[in-house]
Amino acid sequence: MRTAVSRIVISLAWALACVGVLAAEALPASNDPILEARVMKISNELRCLVCQNETIAASHADLAVDLRRQVREMLQSGQNEQQVIDYMTARYGDFVLYRPPFKALTALLWIGPGAMVILGLGTLFVVLRRRSRLGDAAFEPDDKDAPQDPHLS
Amino acid sequence: MMKHVRYLVHFGILLVLLYFLRAGLSLNPKEVPSPLIGKPAPAFSLPRLDQPEQRVSLDDLRGQVWMLNVWASWCVACRQEHPLLVQYAKQAKVPIYGLNYKDERAAGMKWLADFGNPYTASIADRDGRVGIDFGVYGVPETFVIDREGVIRYKQIGPLTPEVLRDTIEPMLKQLNS
Repeated sequence: MRTAVSRIVISLAWALACVGVLAAEALPASNDPILEARVMKISNELRCLVCQNETIAASHADLAVDLRRQVREMLQSGQNEQQVIDYMTARYGDFVLYRPPFKALTALLWIGPGAMVILGLGTLFVVLRRRSRLGDAAFEPDDKDAPQDPHLS
Repeated sequence: MMKHVRYLVHFGILLVLLYFLRAGLSLNPKEVPSPLIGKPAPAFSLPRLDQPEQRVSLDDLRGQVWMLNVWASWCVACRQEHPLLVQYAKQAKVPIYGLNYKDERAAGMKWLADFGNPYTASIADRDGRVGIDFGVYGVPETFVIDREGVIRYKQIGPLTPEVLRDTIEPMLKQLNS
C-alpha cells in the first residue's frame, strides 16, 4: 500500500516536472539563425528523458532547456553534430536517440514490427489459400443432423 | 489428435505473449539504464553549499568508496526519500555527498536545516552542468562510486529500505573489503 502511494506521488512529481515549466520564459536563443537551426536540428534527434515522448527541441522541461544550451555551446565551440550526439549518448545512453543505432540490443526493435507484418500476411495467405481449396459444401450452414465435432461442444 | 497438437501450440504461443506482456509491464520506462555504470565518474569541482569559498573535486574523494545523492529543495520525491537518508547516514560506513542540483543556495540550506542533513558535504551544481555529466534526469538519484572513482551503481528515483538493504549495502561491503 505504501509503495502504491509512493508510486503515485512519484508519477505526479514526474507529471509536474513536465508541465510545471510551461510558463517558463522563451529559451535564451542566440542571435545567430544558422546556429539556432543547427541546434534545433540536433535537438530534434534527442529524446528528453523527463518527458520521454518529446524531443529536447519540443520539451519545456528544465532538463531539455539545459541540454539545448549544451548543444548550442558545443556547436559554438566548433564541435560537429556527431560529437554532440556522442556526448549525449555517453551520458544518457542510446535511449536518448530518437533513431537508435542498429545493433544486437536494438535488433528486435528495428526488425520486430516488419517481422510481425510479414508473419501476419503469411498466415493470412495460407489460411485463405486453404479455404479456397475447400469445396462449396464447407460453407453451407451446418446440418442439424450432422455428427457434432467433439471439440466444439 | 492433430487438433490437440494445434490447440497446444496456440496455447504455447499465448503463454509466450503473456510472459512478454508481464515482463514489459513490470519494467519502469522511467528507469533508463545508465551507460556510466562501470565508467569513471566525470571530473568536477564545485563549491560547497554551506561554504561556497571551499571547493570539492572528484580528486578530493579518490581512495575511498562514497555515495553521491542528487537532491534539490524543489524536488518532491527528494522529500519523500530524505528521512530514510537521514536515518541511513547515522550508520552508513561510507561518506554520503549531496549534489544540490539546480537549486538556490538559501533554499537548499533551509531544506537541510528543516529536514536534517545526512551529507558529509553538499556541493552546489547551480546550473546543472555536473548533473548532465552524471547523466542526471530525474532527481533524486544516487550513485555509488568506488575507490578508483568508477561509478558502480545508480539509483534513479528515491532510495527505498529494500534497495539500501539488498543492493547498496552488499555492494559497499564488497567494495570496502
